[in-house]
Formats: sequence, structure tokens, C-alpha cells
Amino acid sequence: MAVNHAASHRGEAVNTAAWLWRLAMVSSAAVVAVPVVVIVASLLGPYSAAWRHLFDTVLLDYVVNSLLLMLGVGVGTALLGVSTAWLTAHCEFPGRRLFSWALLLPMAMPAYIIAYTYTGLLDFAGPVQSSLRAGFDWQHGDYWFPEIRSLGGAICMLSLVLYPYVYLLARVAFMDQSAALGEASRSLGSSASQTFFRVTLPMARPAIAAGVSLALMETLADYGTVAYFGVSAFTTGIFRTWYGLGELQTAAQLAACLLLFVIALFALERRSRARLRFHRLGTRRTARRIRLRGWRAITAVAGSLLVLSAGFLLPAAQLTGWAAQHYQDIFTAAFVALLGNSFLLAALASLCCLLLALLLGYGKRAHPGRLEAVTTRVASMGYAVPGTVIAVGVMIPFAWADNTLDHWLQQNVGLSPGLLVSGTLGALVFAYVVRFLAVSLQSVEAGLTRIRPDIDEAARSLGHTPLGVLRRIHLPMLRGSLLTALLLVFVDVLKELPTTLILRPFNFNTLAVRAHELASDERLAEAALPALAIVLIGLIPVILLTRNMSKAAADP
Amino acid sequence: MPLLHHRLIRAVALSMLTAAGGLVACGAPDAVNVYSARQEALIKPLLDQFTEETGIAINLVTGDGDALLARLRNEGDNSPADLFLTSDAGKLYRAQADALLQPVTSPTLQSVAPAHLRSDENYWYGLSVRARVLVYAPDRVDPAALSDYASLADPMWRGRICVRSSGNIYNQSLVAGMLANDGDDATATWLQGFVANFARPPQGGDRDQIKAVAAGQCDVALVNSYYLGGMLQSDDAGEREAAQQVTLFWPNQAGRGAHINISGAGVTRAASKPEEARQLIEFMLREESQRWYAEVNNEYPVREDVEPSALLQSWGPFRADELNVSELGRLNAEAVKAMDRAGWR
Repeated sequence: MAVNHAASHRGEAVNTAAWLWRLAMVSSAAVVAVPVVVIVASLLGPYSAAWRHLFDTVLLDYVVNSLLLMLGVGVGTALLGVSTAWLTAHCEFPGRRLFSWALLLPMAMPAYIIAYTYTGLLDFAGPVQSSLRAGFDWQHGDYWFPEIRSLGGAICMLSLVLYPYVYLLARVAFMDQSAALGEASRSLGSSASQTFFRVTLPMARPAIAAGVSLALMETLADYGTVAYFGVSAFTTGIFRTWYGLGELQTAAQLAACLLLFVIALFALERRSRARLRFHRLGTRRTARRIRLRGWRAITAVAGSLLVLSAGFLLPAAQLTGWAAQHYQDIFTAAFVALLGNSFLLAALASLCCLLLALLLGYGKRAHPGRLEAVTTRVASMGYAVPGTVIAVGVMIPFAWADNTLDHWLQQNVGLSPGLLVSGTLGALVFAYVVRFLAVSLQSVEAGLTRIRPDIDEAARSLGHTPLGVLRRIHLPMLRGSLLTALLLVFVDVLKELPTTLILRPFNFNTLAVRAHELASDERLAEAALPALAIVLIGLIPVILLTRNMSKAAADP
Repeated sequence: MPLLHHRLIRAVALSMLTAAGGLVACGAPDAVNVYSARQEALIKPLLDQFTEETGIAINLVTGDGDALLARLRNEGDNSPADLFLTSDAGKLYRAQADALLQPVTSPTLQSVAPAHLRSDENYWYGLSVRARVLVYAPDRVDPAALSDYASLADPMWRGRICVRSSGNIYNQSLVAGMLANDGDDATATWLQGFVANFARPPQGGDRDQIKAVAAGQCDVALVNSYYLGGMLQSDDAGEREAAQQVTLFWPNQAGRGAHINISGAGVTRAASKPEEARQLIEFMLREESQRWYAEVNNEYPVREDVEPSALLQSWGPFRADELNVSELGRLNAEAVKAMDRAGWR
């Protein structure tokens, strides 16, 4: 009798905990979803005459160019990311350990910065074409050379800095795949390449899809690169409508259309793999790496080196050359403050994103209800919205709440505190969470899908609370994914510009703000130093992460 | 595992503490708060000097003009901003149109600021002048063939002109100025011919257009003069060399004068320190401030009694369009639409 009583008591406690978790999950997702909802709500109207003008003139261009851009970057990042991930996860070749972390470096390069450096190198007035003209005595029009500032150029630039998303997530997935699977496939007579295309690749699909969708969302939100290259993409259209035509409402409606498109696209992708399950099978023993020799080894080294050079070494060398002219700026108090501010923001935001992603990802797994799924999905849409637009989405509800509270206090208490949250670091960090939650969530969810649900069930049946399951079973198994989530958001926030620019408090500068101010004034040489600093600070978590990952791999 | 767990808890605690601390906005109390679309490097030293002289502290946040405008609008009457500083007249016009500014007057302001470079109801004042000029390759272009913006639509320039995207505010205000002066039809016709003469699809910034002329990709480019100045004074030898290979030409000298825009400032309607904000504008219009403020970015002072820098004097005096710059703001959207229709991307 006493035993029964205790059991039912425990059951109630578990239920209460589950209920509290759901409440926390749905309410926090709803709060994070507010800015996106504000943007989408603009679709309710009114619709200005600017729409007519857009339809008649440039809208088709925006749509076609953005679709082509997405297609190109999707293919580009998948090719670069999956091939390098597979090479470093499943093969052994000279320099593999070095490449396995160095291939992450391009991630720390802001896309518009790499665009500037390549333009300096490859455009008509740059050193490459100038020496061609001098060497062959050519004039303008005598020869053909690919135009760097073009749609194709933008695809290359974005692919080069965004492939690490695919690389990172795919690599974790490849490394987590049990050796038994590949061996089974090989013992059934498949060749190495058949095994790759029929077993390894399909098993890593959720991770690859997650990586590519992050790259695509970032592509759709990119403004700096396409604007500099003169490509009329959808984001250029949003800003042209806002800044040029002065139609913020129409611009928000355009952004909302973009969002709905992204939601539909990802819903399709998820539906296409809805019936598939991707759990880790068998032991955690990872496959022994295939040792590459001869020309295969050379190809592997050359390929990895090419990707690394194009995405990082070459632009970094150019930046270093420029920065060397202004190295003395490093020793100023202002520069140290920039470093500190950037680091603080990135650390705060990446931690907040991680915690929320754990709350949401895990909650969705434990209670796969419709409400949970929808709120989580909407909360993570901020990544596809250009930063300035999301900033407006954050600004509107905060300013409204602040003003309403101030008004109420004035009426009832006779106090006027002014704006409490708007224009503070708190509002800024919240905006980062809105914008980058998708990144940490994708990573955490990709990790969670690889943990079989029967493990949860076994743990629960042994009397663990959901929190206990998370702490004792999932966290250790998720370590790689959690670190990945932290790193990705950290680096993203370091590079983030438009949201910071518009929501930051007074007298608060970051490296990205400084780099942008100089670059937007076309003073690239001076912008190089803060840009390089972004890259260097971005290195810290990359190194920490790789250390932890290799430690995790070394653990039995 | 326990290690990660402890670290996580510590990190959470730390982030919560910092977040709580961070909720308090940065910035000195009792200061004049400035929202600026002009970059920090181009105003901060002047603001510091103002603080030194008057003891009035200044808090600064910089950003895109329209984004700051959205911030002002949403913050409403509780906005902390006292002064809105921009790098073009159009944003000031929009701020005024949205009732975000308040008129300020003083004998000093009225006497030193030229009438066409401020709002007619004293909502804002121009602080520096930026001119949109032509640069050409002297070895390929006879300056006698150059006259005004309008002549750039002539078929003789087919495939010879470089200009950046029409998304750029200075292209927009140039076309807005044409709409104001010449009317819709003439501007539309001009745009057709001008766009047909592009040597390449619009791309890059103004410095890139100058480099393209120097390298021979095109013969004439339309740029703001301060970019040429910046390149001539650049740390980068390549930029200096490119800038030395082109020559500046003042357009429209026989007609209404070269197109200009301004950087300027207005006191916000929500200002809690309107008096100090007005003082700041007056300070920026003082002779010494004018000299520094214009020179730091190779711009022209708004005050006619202040000489421009030696470099700018070497380009000679020029006649500027005396159209009131608020017209540029009023017609900006129309200009963008006209450029969209003409296919100037």
C-alpha cells in the first residue's frame, strides 16, 4: 500500500514537471516568435501603391535572382561541405587533423568582407587582370575574364563562407555513424562509393539538410554582398523599398513573403523525410578511417587546401596585408573596448540561444504536440530575415511595451521611468536570440534525432524525470552538437552587423560595427583590422570545439 | 560529463547576472543623446571637443539613417534622442515629415546657415556639402566634350560610363534634383539614354568607379567628390595612383550648377535637452568646427565664409545648384521609381 502510494506520488511529480516544461517551452517560444509575427502581421495591410510599381518593374528580377542565388549556394555549400566532411571523418591523409578544424575557419569571415577582398583581387582594375593586360598588351574588351561582381560571384563568395555549416553538422553526423553500418554494407558487396551514396550520405541527411538550410537562410538574409555586387536580389529589394521609396510597411510585407517562402520550403524538405528515422544504431564504435595513398592522398590534400585557401587563407592574407598598415590602432583603449564588447555579446547570445534551443528541442522530443511544433518553428524563422528587418520587429513590441508601461506608471504612480528595455543590451541580446535561435536549434535537433527514443523510454521507465533523462543521458551524448551550437551562434553574433547597429545602446561599439563603418565608406584598408580581429576571436571557439570533439572521439 | 554540467550551470548563472546588469542602458546621464547616420569617426572628435568646452556630455549611437528613423518613430515621446544627425537631406526631410523633429531658431543659426541648405521652417540645418561630380580619363576624353549631367545621355558616350547602383542615396538624390528642375518627362528620357551608355552593370562603390576609369574600363564616372579626395590621401599606393590618373570635372557650370547634397542635423521632437542640442548645432556651425567637419571627409563647409581645404581648393571654385535640398527628400521615392523604370539596377 505504502509502495503504491509512493509510486503514484512520483507519477504526479513527473507529470507536474512535464507540464511545467511544456509551459516554459511554449511561452518562451511564443515570446521569441513575437518579432517574426510582427513582420508577418504586416501582410494584414494596408497595401501601398508601391506594390503596383514593384510588380510592374523589378519584382520579377528580385525573385528570379534570389532563387538562382539560393540554388547556387545550396549546391555549392552541399558539395564543399559534404565532401570535406566525409574526407576528414572517414579518410586518413596527410594533414587530416589540421584540416579537420582549419576547414571551419571560413565561417569567421563575414561574407561582405570576403567579397571586398576578392573584388580587390579579381576585378578589372585589380592586380590579376592588370598584370594580364600588361603581360599580353591587352586593352579593355580584348579578352574575357569572369566578372567577380555578378550573380555567379555572389554565389561563390557566399558558398565559400557558408559551407562550414554543412561541414560541421555533416561531420558530426558522419563521425557518429556506427562502424557496423558501413561494414555491413561493404560485406554485402557494395563498393566504397556505393556505400557512401547508399548508406553514409542518406544516414547523414538530416544533418546535411540542417546545414544547407542554415546556409540558405543566411543567403536570403544577406544584404552586404549582393548590394556591393549590384545583384538585384530580394534583400536588395527590401532595402530599396524601405530606404529608397520610404515604404517600411511594404518592405516588411516583402520580408514576410520571403519568410512564408522559407517556411514552405523547409516544410517540404521535412515532409520528404518525414517517414524516415535516423537514429544511431548499434555501438558507438566509429569506423576505422580509410587510409588514402598516392594520387588519392594528393587529391584529398589538394582539394582541402583549395577550399581552405579560397575561403580563408587568401582573403585573410589580403586582410593582414591591409591591417599591417594600421597595426598601431590595436594598442588603443577603444580597440580593446571593441574586442570586449564583441566577445561579451557573442558569449551572452550564444549561451542564451543554447539554453533556449535545449528547452525547445528537448521539449518537442518529449511532447511532440502540434502547438510545440508550430511555436518552435515560428520562433526559429528569424534567421531568414535580414537583420535590420528583424531589428524593427524587435523594436516595435519593446517600444510599445515600454511606452505603455511608462504611460500606466505616469497615470497611476506618478513616475515616468521612460524606456526601460528599448535601447539596452538586454533588447539587443534578445534580438540575437530571435535571429540566431535557428542555428542552435538545428544543431541540437540534429543531435537529438540521432538518439533513439527507446533510450528515453528506458530511462523514464527506470523512474527518471524528463530533466533527469536530459542531464544523465542526453547531455553527454549531445556534447558535440551542443558545442557546435555554441560555436555557430558565437561566430554569427561576432559577425552580425545590422541588428547590432540599430538596437545597440549609446556609446556601444563592436568590431563588426567598426569594420562596417570603415568599409561602407570604402576605406577597406582601415576596415581590415577589425575584420581580422573578428576572424581571430572566432578562432578561439573553433579551437576549443575541435579540442573537445577530438577528446570526445578519443573517449571510449 | 559532470564537468560540462557544472560549466553549464556556471555559464547560465553568469549570463543571467550579466543580462540583468546589461538591462541598464549604457551612456552618461544628463547628456545630449545623438542618433547619427554619419559615421562615428567623422563626428566623434568634434563632439568630444564640445564636451570639453561646455561640460555637456554626449551619448552617441550611429547607424543607417532610415533604421535610426524607425527607432525614433517607435520610441515616440519617450525617445532618449535629442539630436538626429544624417548624411543626406532626404532623411531629415522624412524625419520632419513624420513629425519627429522640432523647429529651432537662434540668431546665429539664421545668420550662418544658407537658406537653401536648411529646412524652410527651421526643422534642420545643413552642416557640410557633398558634391556629385564627373571624373574622366584625360587621355581618352576631351574635357570640351563634357558639359552637364544631361549630356551624358548622348549616344557618343555609349559603353563609356561607369556609375554605381541606383540603390545608392546620392544617385537617388541626383535624379530627384533633376525631377525638381527638369520635370518627369525630361528626366525619364534622360535616364533612358544615360542607362544605355553604361560600360558595365552598376556595381561597387564610388571608389570602384574611379578605379575603373583609371584602369580603362570606362572613360567617365559619376562620383561624390570626397571619394576622390579620400583616394588621393589614401594609405594605399594603388588607390593614390588610380586617383591621380583621373581628372575632376564640375558639371552644369553653365546651367544651374553641380548637384549637391548635405549632411545635417535636427533637434528631435522628443528631446529632453532641446536647448543643449541647439547649442551643439551652433557649435558645429562655428568656423573652426566647420573647417574640421568638412575637411575630415573632404567635404565643403556650408558656411560661405569658411574656405574649403587646400585639396578642394585645387579643384577650383564651383557653382552649386541652389535648389532647396529638402526637394531631394520630397522627390526621393519618385526618383527611385523612375530609375526602376529605366532599368538602372
